[in-house]
Amino acid sequence: MNLMPAFFEAIQSLSANKLRSALTVLGIVIGVAAVIAMLAVGEGAQETITGSISGIGSNLLFVFSGNQQGNVRNVQPLTLSDADAIADQFQAPSVAAVAPQISGNAEVAYGGERFNTQLGGVTPTYQTVRNYELLEGEFINDAHMLGNASVVLLGPDVADRLFDAREGLVGETVRLQGQPFRVIGVLAPRGGGAFGSEDNVVLVPLTTAQSRLVRRSRDQVDIIFVQAVNAEAVSQAGEEVAAILRVRRRIQLSDDDFTIFTQQDFVNTAQMITGVFTIFLGGIAAISLLVGGIGIMNIMLVSVTERTREIGLRKAIGARRRDILVQFLTESSLLSLFGGLIGIGFGWLIAQLIGIIAAANQTPFRPVVGLNAILLATLFSTAVGLFFGIYPANRAASLQPVEALRHE
Amino acid sequence: MIDCVIDAIDLTKIYQMGQIEVRALAGVSFKVRRGEMIAIMGPSGSGKSTLMNLLGCLDRPSSGEYILDGEKVSNLSDDQLASIRNRKVGFVFQSFNLLPRATALANVELPLRYAGVGNNRTRRAREALEAVGLGDRLHHRPTELSGGQQQRVAIARALVNNPAILMADEPTGNLDSKSGKEIMNLIFSLNRDLDMTVIIVTHNTGIADQTERILHLRDGLLEDSA
Repeated sequence: MNLMPAFFEAIQSLSANKLRSALTVLGIVIGVAAVIAMLAVGEGAQETITGSISGIGSNLLFVFSGNQQGNVRNVQPLTLSDADAIADQFQAPSVAAVAPQISGNAEVAYGGERFNTQLGGVTPTYQTVRNYELLEGEFINDAHMLGNASVVLLGPDVADRLFDAREGLVGETVRLQGQPFRVIGVLAPRGGGAFGSEDNVVLVPLTTAQSRLVRRSRDQVDIIFVQAVNAEAVSQAGEEVAAILRVRRRIQLSDDDFTIFTQQDFVNTAQMITGVFTIFLGGIAAISLLVGGIGIMNIMLVSVTERTREIGLRKAIGARRRDILVQFLTESSLLSLFGGLIGIGFGWLIAQLIGIIAAANQTPFRPVVGLNAILLATLFSTAVGLFFGIYPANRAASLQPVEALRHE
Repeated sequence: MIDCVIDAIDLTKIYQMGQIEVRALAGVSFKVRRGEMIAIMGPSGSGKSTLMNLLGCLDRPSSGEYILDGEKVSNLSDDQLASIRNRKVGFVFQSFNLLPRATALANVELPLRYAGVGNNRTRRAREALEAVGLGDRLHHRPTELSGGQQQRVAIARALVNNPAILMADEPTGNLDSKSGKEIMNLIFSLNRDLDMTVIIVTHNTGIADQTERILHLRDGLLEDSA
């Protein structure tokens, strides 16, 4: 018995009980739609996070003091002279630019408005390393650094809250921690980043921050951003930076008391986290698919009981075990295949809806319905139909013709 | 010996009903020649249906030997029995047992499908339906046919695979007397014109008397084989 007539016969007997078939399919539809939507959200989250990490800058390394993995005591802080040493062209040829930063919080005030915001003390190289653009004005320059100048760059959110505008602010004076600072520019919006909002921030010269705004011992800095000359040079740059810092700190054998992350490390970590998150969501959704499968088994068992006489007749005129098995398995896998196909459509709709809701809440986020998710859902749902169809089909196939024919 | 289609030797069938053994058949032996038409009669509980199930290869005897069209079928597996039923036995039931959602043509094609016949299935099914006088009802469903017509479809289905024997279990039981007579005439003509071996299980003495031989069953034994 080939499969084409079995296929048509299955369609025929499924359509004889339209409502029942539709309800059974619904179970699978919900399961598959949930799986598709969850995978799409997970994958979308992954792309958004990866994108925002890349948005920090290109070919970056992050140098922190301290070491989470190693056993180190008496951690020495990173300093400005560390940053200068890393910037040495001869010792670190793979390093293109170095931007140390100190950060803290500061109360910013203008007119009657005052609130707390993030404060960054930065050097002129910070603009290129971190890929900042300006809506107006100019970035902090060397003269500002040397003179401990009281100048500030406003993030777009800060500008919005203080002035209700992002233009024409250069020359205004705002107060940071009560001290007057002249606005020299406004940063272009960057949206949410890996380290919180990068728009709700004010930037001042590093030297100014050290001496007047953030309490730090001597020339200590919190983080050094290092830009490699190109993508291939990132790991080389990491080794050069590590070598320089080890010499400066006289670390020969013991663990480093500093940590170097590359952008790729962050991306990998984020992908691992979102990957786990996706599997978790998908797993929960898969449970509903399982429930749908049990629904199929239930209906197929009812159908076998109802059609006992028909099975007896088929056996009497020569159907073998296998023929009956194929007939019922075709029906159950058709049910789940239909459910799977409709579910993919619904899942896609739900994913788009989540994307629209996210966009309405100012979270740029695009769910991604991947081909692999579609294939996975189709395969998985058909497998569910087959698996849960096996027991009822087997029961039908093992009926004895004499008893089946006698069945009323 | 050679023209013996059915050779039953000391067939017994014992059912286990809980603690009690029920001997539905207690040793039945008989032969049927090719082209013969016989009737099996007996009161209910006489083992009539059991014998019919054994002869139709729907069930296996507890002991004894059954040779159908030269093949020993007493000890075959379920699938082998299915294949024997498919090739050698044509069934006609009291309640027709047609697939309600399939057309007459599809119903008649069904045994050919299980036999693995590929290309000329539809032609053979149509010919079988034409042979029972339903050439103009090929695409009707059973619900659109009268009882007599439904039984004709069932007969066409039984014949389509050229079986060695035709087993008819009360073929007129669900029909009015007029269409019952027509169905019997059809079966008689199959026996007469096509030399088809026919076994009819019936209560109706009027039908049984028209056959060549009657097997009377009582309490699992043949009364006489006159």
